[in-house]
Amino acid sequence: MFVRFFLPRSITEPPSTFKIGFPGDYALGVDTKWQQLYRIWVDKTSDRLFVVYARCTHLGCTPDWKASENKFKCPCHGSGYDSEAINFEGPAPRPMDRAHVELDAEGQIVVNVATLYKWEKGVPAPGEFDKPGAFIPL
Amino acid sequence: MDSDPKKKETKELTGEKTDLGLVERAKETAATLKDRALEEAKDYKDPQQTQVWKSIFRVSHERSDPRNRSLAILSNVFLHLHPAKINRDAVRYQYTWGMGGITFYLFIVLTFTGVLLMFYYHPTKIVAFRDILYLEHDVPFGKLLRNMHRWAAHLMVITTWLHMFRVVLTGSYKKPREFNWCVGVVLLVLTLLLSFTGYLLPDDQLGFWAVTVGTNMARATPMLGSEGPFGAQLGLTPYNDVRFGLLGGSIVDDNALLRSYIWHCIGIPLVASIFMAVHFWRIRKDGGISGPSPVQLESEMKTPKKK
Repeated sequence: MFVRFFLPRSITEPPSTFKIGFPGDYALGVDTKWQQLYRIWVDKTSDRLFVVYARCTHLGCTPDWKASENKFKCPCHGSGYDSEAINFEGPAPRPMDRAHVELDAEGQIVVNVATLYKWEKGVPAPGEFDKPGAFIPL
Repeated sequence: MDSDPKKKETKELTGEKTDLGLVERAKETAATLKDRALEEAKDYKDPQQTQVWKSIFRVSHERSDPRNRSLAILSNVFLHLHPAKINRDAVRYQYTWGMGGITFYLFIVLTFTGVLLMFYYHPTKIVAFRDILYLEHDVPFGKLLRNMHRWAAHLMVITTWLHMFRVVLTGSYKKPREFNWCVGVVLLVLTLLLSFTGYLLPDDQLGFWAVTVGTNMARATPMLGSEGPFGAQLGLTPYNDVRFGLLGGSIVDDNALLRSYIWHCIGIPLVASIFMAVHFWRIRKDGGISGPSPVQLESEMKTPKKK
């Protein structure tokens, strides 16, 4: 009962599902325009579009996108990720998680950050990143 | 006819057999009262004889009695914060560094300045940081107050570690002080928790990310955190694990700030005070603040009575 008291039944936090426009709105590479509002980056490659949940897999800070160095750098403990959010330096144990994405009837991208696709440490490439819902094929 | 009933009345009132007149009786009473008043006034000249004094200090201060003289000290908490007698070497700074005492004094400074800070601080996301700026720039002596709290907090963590280091160096954790060492370890943890919960309260970037990182560690707790060992098997998610309970949400937000504030100002200081009381009491019971533990020779040991 004492433990239950500390777990609130309802919380007011930002919504986990939201729309971010059409795939055509985004250029190749990393787009940081939703970082402040939704804590995500939209990442577009030649064949797919995916949404990276902007939380360092080390201890949960929000890394910065360093366009000049073409990498994500976490200010807390120095983890580094490449432009597809795959870790290559620092203490991060695995690449950053990718949020569930799908297109609605209108063709807009719907993101759900409550469902995350992970590439756990030790799991052969590319983890859950090839699962349907982890990306939108272009 | 006139005087008879009056006399009867006086006799009834005093219950004495007297033939004295009313005037004489009044004079007599006045004299007794005066004597009593003089006697009482004599006592009032000596504050130690007043009831107020005796109710506070309890023991009579009859100087001629050596037992009374020592009792007056021993039974008074203000005069008896330190033990009645100590080993001359036990208080040498080479042995104690004074670190335990300094830590406690810092705790008192922190309690005092902390209560004053509470007069101007609201633990909400909207105004918390603004209150800090207000304290720094507008509140009279606010900057001094905040910095006293901040530096005393840093110092308290440092002195706690140094105190612990000294205890290790002098071997004071050994028998019969093992239990007090454990109490001290709990106090160390409480000190660090006080420091950590206070870190979030200014609601600046430094504290926010420190608490983000700290509570993400809690996420990896075995059996309690959603990403820790057995967490997933026990059905833990970011919305019902230990981190959620600490933050009152899945992100460091308003609830986290309020919880941090309550733990920082009420919960942990209260528990720490209780442990400190036990800690200090045990120091005296376990043979003083430093130096070798009390030795009992085999020849001094009492043999158990045989029946």
